[in-house]
Amino acid sequence: MTSIRQLFEYQFMVNAFEAGTIVAVVAGAMGWFMVLRRQTFAGHTLSIVGFPGAAGAILLGLSANLGYFAFCVGAALIIGAARESVTTASYEDESALIGTVQAMALAFGFLFVSLYQGNLTGLTGLLFGSFLGITNAQVIVLLLVGAFTLLVIGLIGRRLLFASVDPDVAAAAGLPVRALAMAFLVLLGLAVAEASQITGSLLVFALLVLPPATAQALTGRPLLGIGLSMVIGVAVTWISLTIAYYTPYPTGAYLTSLGFAAYVAARLIRVALDRPRARVSVALPVTSS
Amino acid sequence: MITTDVTTTRQQTAVRLRDAEVRFASRVLWSGVDLDMAAGSFNAILGPNGIGKSTLLEVLLGLQDLSEGEATVLGAPAGKQRNRIGYVPQRKGFDPGLRIRGVDVVRLGLDGSHWGFPLPGPRNRAARRAVREEIEHVGASAFAARPVGQLSGGEQQRLIIAQAMVRRPDLLLLDEPLDSLDLANQASVAAIVDKVRRDHGVTVVMVAHDVNPILPYLDQVVYLANGRAVAGSPAEVITSPTLSDLYGAPVEVLRASDGRLVVVGAPEPPAIHGDRHAR
Repeated sequence: MTSIRQLFEYQFMVNAFEAGTIVAVVAGAMGWFMVLRRQTFAGHTLSIVGFPGAAGAILLGLSANLGYFAFCVGAALIIGAARESVTTASYEDESALIGTVQAMALAFGFLFVSLYQGNLTGLTGLLFGSFLGITNAQVIVLLLVGAFTLLVIGLIGRRLLFASVDPDVAAAAGLPVRALAMAFLVLLGLAVAEASQITGSLLVFALLVLPPATAQALTGRPLLGIGLSMVIGVAVTWISLTIAYYTPYPTGAYLTSLGFAAYVAARLIRVALDRPRARVSVALPVTSS
Repeated sequence: MITTDVTTTRQQTAVRLRDAEVRFASRVLWSGVDLDMAAGSFNAILGPNGIGKSTLLEVLLGLQDLSEGEATVLGAPAGKQRNRIGYVPQRKGFDPGLRIRGVDVVRLGLDGSHWGFPLPGPRNRAARRAVREEIEHVGASAFAARPVGQLSGGEQQRLIIAQAMVRRPDLLLLDEPLDSLDLANQASVAAIVDKVRRDHGVTVVMVAHDVNPILPYLDQVVYLANGRAVAGSPAEVITSPTLSDLYGAPVEVLRASDGRLVVVGAPEPPAIHGDRHAR
């Protein structure tokens, strides 16, 4: 108890917990839709593009946060526009295109960091996160952008679910399927930019993919799945920050390992639950709401 | 007076096409199509691949404009009554990894285009009841709580029909719903569509590759070929003289001993690119 209190005596730890919680909640919701829509590759690209954005912003003497937001949202708009213009492009075409963009983004990011007098600590922070240097102002920005993202996804969530699961029927029902896809990418860009600020560009998926994938393995109920995804993300973040405070190793490593462990456990539970059902062919209550 | 007339027309004729033509750039898909579908009737759209059967459904939905002629659906120009139409598009089946329950897929048909998300309360309970009833109606209760991606093609098709019917539409459009099913499931899904039609009085328009599974239920067949269409009862349309005249080439309709119809000698259409069906 005293040791937990000691944890929160430092403002940087309070800020880390606050920022981590905001980011985990936003990433939990946005990631759930991203995993459902099979857009993890697009999400990965957004996070990679954030790296040169942040590095370039620092090089120009601006805040890294600004660079993350500008580049992630900009990339979301470009990916969305590219999707619309090449509606018939195969997945292979798209993969090659996105892969090309990713390679260039990483190269520019590395170049910008090198131009900024080769600050290697900065490089690690941009790629693998810096949980313990979060300022009060940064927390407020995360909170505002996060609240906006959650508000919009709450508003369009059901339509987005319809357009994701059943695009043809949704279009026939009069839903603007393309506009929804675009709106989702921009919101995803915001969520990625938020998560990047604490997990770094390369470990974004620790919060954006692992908790949602874990939740989807456990339940097929949309609202429960989104809630579970947020809860898992927050729990993993809190535990990781606590362990990291008492050990010399980086938070990102704990965050990813814990998320991965939760995912593996969920898959094993899923296999165990699915097995008797195949024999009895009676729908078991998979989850309780 | 006038209102009464409109209502009467709407009740008697669900779909009316007059001299309808669809053109993509310079290519005419079909033209001169006149069509009436009575309310509550079971209609099949038949014809070779790429001839524009799915496009005809898109015209009825208002997703595809006619280049000539008129399309009246449920008493209004096509596209104006979209929320009174249930639509089952052609599809390959849900992604096996899609972890959304069958119930949720059906629910999307009810309120998937609403803003916000469902909150607990009487409206939510009423929605859940409507979804449950429709799922029972198509015989999908046993598996509706499982992730839809893990269900068989026949099971998915039952849920999709429930999804299209859960808002109690007046017109149900189905695009090759029996296509990827085995014979037993083709027969049972066809029977479910007819049951739904009779119980709810919905007009059914089904694009079909094979007429045989739905033959017992059909009121009208629309046969598209050669850029034209003929419509009438199956006995009138699926005959050697009618189809030979439509194709402009000798075609023979054979009747097997079990009553199944086989069309022999229908010329394959030239490969067509650019319309949605061929995609």
